[in-house]
Formats: sequence, C-alpha cells, structure tokens
Amino acid sequence: MTHARRAAKFLLDEARTDWHDASLWHVRSKRDGSISGIPEWESLRQLGSDIKDNVLSNLDAYLEEFEERATANGVIVHWATDAEEHNRIVHGILQHHGVDRIVKSKSMLTEECGLNDYLETQGVEVVDTDLGERIIQLRSEPPSHIVMPAIHLKKEEIGALFHEKLGTEPGASDPQYLTEAARQHLREKFLAARAAITGVNFAIAETGGIVVCTNEGNADMGVHLAPVQIHCMGIEKIIPRAEHLGVFTRLLARSATGQPVTIYTSHHHRPKPGGEMHVVIVDNGRTTQLGREDFRNSLKCIRCGACMNTCPIYRRSGGHSYDYTIPGPIGSILSPGIDLKKHGDLAFASTLCGSCSDVCPVKIDIHEQLYKWRQIVSAEGHLGAAKRLPLLGAGTVLRHDTLYNFVGQAARTALRLAPRAAVYHRFNAWGESRELPEIPRESFKQWYARTQNPPA
Amino acid sequence: MSSKTTILQQIRDAKPAPRRLPNLPPDPSPDPAGWEEAFREVLAASKATFVAPQNLLDYVKGSGARTIVSTVAGIDGTLDLLAIDDPLQLAGVDLAVLPARLGVAENGAMWVSEAEAVHRVLPFITQHLLLVLERKDLVGTMHEAYRRIDIAATGFGVFIAGPSKTADIEQSLVIGAHGPRSLVVCLR
Repeated sequence: MTHARRAAKFLLDEARTDWHDASLWHVRSKRDGSISGIPEWESLRQLGSDIKDNVLSNLDAYLEEFEERATANGVIVHWATDAEEHNRIVHGILQHHGVDRIVKSKSMLTEECGLNDYLETQGVEVVDTDLGERIIQLRSEPPSHIVMPAIHLKKEEIGALFHEKLGTEPGASDPQYLTEAARQHLREKFLAARAAITGVNFAIAETGGIVVCTNEGNADMGVHLAPVQIHCMGIEKIIPRAEHLGVFTRLLARSATGQPVTIYTSHHHRPKPGGEMHVVIVDNGRTTQLGREDFRNSLKCIRCGACMNTCPIYRRSGGHSYDYTIPGPIGSILSPGIDLKKHGDLAFASTLCGSCSDVCPVKIDIHEQLYKWRQIVSAEGHLGAAKRLPLLGAGTVLRHDTLYNFVGQAARTALRLAPRAAVYHRFNAWGESRELPEIPRESFKQWYARTQNPPA
Repeated sequence: MSSKTTILQQIRDAKPAPRRLPNLPPDPSPDPAGWEEAFREVLAASKATFVAPQNLLDYVKGSGARTIVSTVAGIDGTLDLLAIDDPLQLAGVDLAVLPARLGVAENGAMWVSEAEAVHRVLPFITQHLLLVLERKDLVGTMHEAYRRIDIAATGFGVFIAGPSKTADIEQSLVIGAHGPRSLVVCLR
C-alpha cells in the first residue's frame, strides 16, 4: 500500500484530521514563539549545521576518540553493523546478568532495530516508560511521531486503554488523572527493573560521555535505579566537544516543542558505584547514507520533529501513514535509502513547499532531497503507471514549443466545455482529491504578448 | 573483521572531504543586569516556584514532608544519605533539598551533579525537589554554562529546568510525570 492510500484512510475522519492538523500546528507555533527570543537563531542553526558537517567528515576519528575516553571512564563500548547485531548485543548483556525485565526510555534507534519484539521473543519483558511510548506499547502500535509518540490519540481512547490495562475508572479521560495512574504503574516497574535502556541525544568525543534529554524524568528513573544501564546510539550522534552541547541544547527543545530546554538534560560519563554502563554504537545503513553525496546531510538530524509539525502532508496524514520508524519529511529522505521499492513513494508525500527545510535546526535541505529521491525512484523504475504515464506525456509536451502551445489551447477549450464527469473520473488519480483552478481564457504567453506589446 | 573495524572502514570509504570545525561565537558582553529576572520568568513558565532565602527553613519545616533529605548546609533532613547504600531505599523520599552548582538565565536550567545529589536517582525519585542556587552562579546562556562546568568531572550530572512534566495526552500539560511533582528554587 502506498502513502497516498494510507493517508486516504486517515482522511476519512475529517474532524479527527482537522484536530490532528491543529494539534501539530500548535506545536509549530510554540516553536516560533520560542525562537523569537533568540536574535541569533539563524546563526545558531548555521553553527549547528557546520559542526555536523565537520562531524560527518571526521566521523571515524570522533568515534574512536569517544570509545577511547568512554573505555577509560569504565564504560563498555560495543559496535553493531546492523539491527540484528545490535539486538544480539543488548540481549547478550541482559543474559549475562540474568535479567528478564527491563525498562526503556524513548529511543528511535531501538524502534528502528525492532529491539522490543526481539527481546520479547527471547523471554525478556520490555516496559517503555515514556508516557506516550507506554500508551502505544499497550496498544501494540508503533509511534506516530518521534517526539510525541501518541499524538494521534484522543484522551478518551487513552482512558479506555488505561481502564482495560491499568484498571483506571471507566470513562475517565482527564489527562491529569491518567498521567497519575501511569506514574504509579511505572514506578513499580522502575523499582523492579534490573536493567535500563535509553537512546542517546548526543555523544561527546572529547569526554566519552553521552547526553539524554527528557521532560518526564523517565530515562533517569530507569538508569539510576537499575544496576545495568545500556545506551544505544547511531554513529551520527557524536559531537566533537562538550562546548558544542551549548549549541545543540539551545536548538533541540526550542525546535521540538518550543520549550527553552528540556526539563532534564542528563550527562552520563561513568557507571554508578557497583553498576555497569554500556554504550552500543550502531551503523545499520548509516555509512551507506554517508556515501551518498546528495543525501548524507540527512545524518545531521537531531530528531527534534520540527519538520513533522510544520509539514502540511504529515499534519493531514498522520505518522502511521508513512509506515516507517521515522515519519514525516525527515523519515521520507531517510527511508528510501533503506528500501527504495518499499519507501520510494514517501518522496512524493510532500508538496515540496520547503517548510521542513526552513524549520530544521541543523539546516538539512529536506525538500531538495525529496526532489532528488523522486528522480531516483523514477530512474529505478519504481513509479506507478498513474504517475509515470502522465509525466511521460508532460515531458514530451514541455519539450516541444508548438505542441505546448497547441495542447495548452486545446486544454483550455476542452476543460471549459467538458462536463464534470469527463474530467473527474476514476482514471484521473490527480483529481480524486484536488480541484482544478478556474480555467483562464488565454495563456500567460498570450496575456504577456497582448499587454506588454509593443516591446520596448 | 570486527564490527568496529568494518564500520570505521566503511566510514572512511564514504565520508566527505574534511570540513573545518567552526569556532563558537564569543559570549555576549557581560551584562548580568537582566539575568535574574529572565531566570525567574522562564522557571515560572515551567511551573517552578521560588522561596526567599530567609523563609527557606520555615518552608522546609512547613512543607508537610515526612521524609526529607538534604545536602544543603543548615537544612537538616530526616534521613542520612550516607547511610543509604541501595538507591531503592530512596523510594519514600518526600522532599530533597540540594544545592545547584549553576543556573542559566535563558532557560532556567540548573546543574546538579552526583557530588550534590550523592545518589544519582535522588533528584528524580523524590516527590518534591528544592534547589538552592547562589546568585553569583547565574550565567546568561548554555554556551557559558558549558564553559563553566566540567561535565566529565563526575560520573553523572544533570541540568534541571522544572518539575517533571508530560504533554503526551492530547498536548495537555501535566506536572509530575515520573520525577518530582514540584520544583522550588531558592536563589540567595
């Protein structure tokens, strides 16, 4: 199924679509309000982008430096070329300690690797502790947004879910009440867990430490109570020096939710007394993306989600319509590189309006990459006939001046005279959800010749 | 070939030509006049509250907290942190009173390391948190903050910018997600 088909399903409920659209636009507006307090915002974005350029050009050296410092700090560093190796490493650590229940805070990498499913088949109970993540875990769903995983759900649905799974009052849907119920439920899990897993926002080469940002405090509750802490990171999470955290912490939360900073910015450098600290460094396709000149910039992403909140397509199609771990514009430039046949259509889930690139805190040229992926999808023969044939026709027309003039004139006449059913029918996929503008009587060329003549 | 070798080799084959690491801009000219006001405003927006230094003792006494731990000189707790060896024993703490090493005017973040917290989980597991910050330890931005602290000096350190919160249910702000239900700041 294509993104367009899944989006069409989402759009069947118009009121809900409007609600989803407005919720995300609200977050985008908060972001705008929050950056207006930083006069140097644009130069800060440039700085973030430039630091990440340096990181990508020196990634091997920074990773080695990180491992060396981390190891000296008493941290155990692991390397995984792909998702499967990552999952085996994590399971191996748990097995070594005889751990059969863990708590986990939000990590898009472990979602990407399918860690939860893997561990559960190995008999390990995994409890996601971010409230949004726990909600979707209890619903056996993937997240629909990277920062707000349950943004697609209404409080009444969450109330019904908690009633069924956590025994809350039937019909209760007050967010305060539901959050309190989750707090009590998860506190028990925190106190019982023998190992905790988190993602990584930033890994610092200079110090060998990692930084995890949350608002709820769930990552810290897990990590500091469990004897074994495991942090999973993609290779691109590295930054050179501690001082660069100043740049990225200023960019991240403002772009993500409009907060001036996340409530908790936690810096982990050494295992707790008597504990163990592991860092798993994962490639899983990232070095391939690094080798693609046109697309390597996508690895600068700091996972703020701003491109989703602003995207007119994402807001009106929902995160699940992308059918990929990272939805929205950034996911649409990351996923075709993983599986072009499966995810190539995501390059078309955009109006190419460029709003994603405008809000990106590290200035990734997202909409330009979407455009480039479209060309690759087409060149590799993955375009559906509904797109391929009209484009083929348009290509011919646009290449020939006389033909262009003729077809333009013919279309203007035909479209004015044709009954509606002749234009909007089942063979016109474009017209399924779009209306043509009012048909003008003359072309721009004709108008120009008429009004601007005689030329100076 | 080990996975490490494979990954590093693939990076070397794929990476772009060297790009210079940019210099960070200098700190804004030191004009701390507006810092305290900015600090108070942004923390209030994050639902933190303030207590005046002269009221600190009375506040702690009158808080109604049964189990209190403190690493601030002059404030006595009901539980001796040094006598605790398992962090699980902190599950019943009602109020933790800790010094913060540094405060950031632009976002209200305060640095608390394990040197101040003794147990890393304490600032998170306590039901309520009170941080005491010296006025002289305010800085303007995160850039200055990271220049002033050594993040690797202790095994763990955290910037705290409010009580724990979530907006995961319909974007409704709820204070008291997994960590403290309130944050009180004493600026002295």
